[in-house]
Amino acid sequence: MSLNCKDLLGLEHLDKKDLQTILNSVGPFKSLFTRSVKKVPTLVGKTVVTLFYEPSTRTRNSFEIAAKRLSADVVNVAVNTSSIVKGESLIDTGKTLEAMKADYLIIRHSLAGAPDILARNLNASIINAGDGFHEHPTQGLLDLYTMYEKKKKIEGLRVLLVGDILHSRVAKSNIWAMIKMGAEIAVVGPPTLIPSNIEDLGVKVYYDLNEAIKKVDVVNILRIQLERQQENLFPSVHEYVELYQVTKERLAMARPGVLIMHPGPMNRGIEISSDVADSPNAVINEQVTNGIAVRMAVLCLLKPKRKNASSD
Amino acid sequence: MSDIVLDSKSFKSAVNKISKEISDNNKNIHEVAIIGIQSKGVFLAKRILAEIAKLAGIGMSRIPFGTLDITLYRDDLDDLSSKIPVIKDTVIPFDTNRKNIILIDDVIYTGRTVRAALDVLMDFGRPKSVQLAVLIDRGFRELPIEAKYVGIRYQSEELVKVECKETDGVDRVTFIK
Repeated sequence: MSLNCKDLLGLEHLDKKDLQTILNSVGPFKSLFTRSVKKVPTLVGKTVVTLFYEPSTRTRNSFEIAAKRLSADVVNVAVNTSSIVKGESLIDTGKTLEAMKADYLIIRHSLAGAPDILARNLNASIINAGDGFHEHPTQGLLDLYTMYEKKKKIEGLRVLLVGDILHSRVAKSNIWAMIKMGAEIAVVGPPTLIPSNIEDLGVKVYYDLNEAIKKVDVVNILRIQLERQQENLFPSVHEYVELYQVTKERLAMARPGVLIMHPGPMNRGIEISSDVADSPNAVINEQVTNGIAVRMAVLCLLKPKRKNASSD
Repeated sequence: MSDIVLDSKSFKSAVNKISKEISDNNKNIHEVAIIGIQSKGVFLAKRILAEIAKLAGIGMSRIPFGTLDITLYRDDLDDLSSKIPVIKDTVIPFDTNRKNIILIDDVIYTGRTVRAALDVLMDFGRPKSVQLAVLIDRGFRELPIEAKYVGIRYQSEELVKVECKETDGVDRVTFIK
């Protein structure tokens, strides 16, 4: 039970066996959460650094809680008040943190590929916490695990991703993982928010939500990034709500027991109606809980280059 | 070359001997709880539990039972970086406080597994006592830990193979030379 890699950069590079290994190992970590002492000594003495160049509360906090429950020491680099604003390069920042003996570097960056650059230049384990429009692998894994936990399988599940696929790294990581695990995956949204070559990944594309939602097992609703509204990618929020909001009425066409997922933060009343967000089929809060367990599993399964390892 | 040190008959009498001693030492059966260390310790623990319940003349469900996995508490995870063992269930569905815990494993050798198991237990509460029972004590301790109940002692640095009916179809303990 281990991944054969030092870093987690994206789900594109993991094979089905790796994904299954991760799915199988999350349960024991989740079971820790019901104990009064939720902490285990697995990573005692290890240092985990979070380096977030973009705002985040839930992902960064989730990693911090995961690392702390494994007894690692956690340092959060405040990018705005660090040498980065003085013009230090990404690699130099990484090398500085490694000189402070960081064992794991968790990075979020607006540029796709930033985590790969660090991974190639550092011995520390790099975990991608979101890079540009590229990938957000731990979110993809927690979505995968939540489906697996609720539906007991991934193969054959019909999964629909709704909304802004173009700007969504969550969508990309989801697609890579679900397809490898044998799910049927479809996307739906305004044509301007669907990448032009997405079919090449084996994804079905719809522009009409009423049609796309028929007989699906899982609806994963992506956040409409309101800050992109000025790019004129859809005419108005009102129109988006009319055409693409996931509502109770639309969900009636999905399969019974359809899972409602959302990576957060939610815009209630925009991409998801409030009653859907609070419905018994919504597993949005469980996704958050599972996120911690999944990140604990990833921290334990990666194979860091350690000084006294025999391979060195 | 391999030496069979317990066959199915002597395996059974070893389990019975341990159970009898536990029973004699714990007159207040209501304070006793059994925890097996994953994975072979769990099978042994179930058998010992059944035997103790029989000796006390009470139903098996009256004795609290749990399982414990030590993987996340190991002290050699750095050396194992290539392969972390599969993590099995730790399920302790009762309050361990004020209980006399009978901790059960198949083999004691270095004592490091028991050290880890004690740390797991302490995270669940403060038992009144912890008493260790093992089927085989093969010596060569690296930590100051001893079992209170021992099926057989067989000092050996050779590899020991414990087979249980539940997983291997036969009860047998073999040392492989």
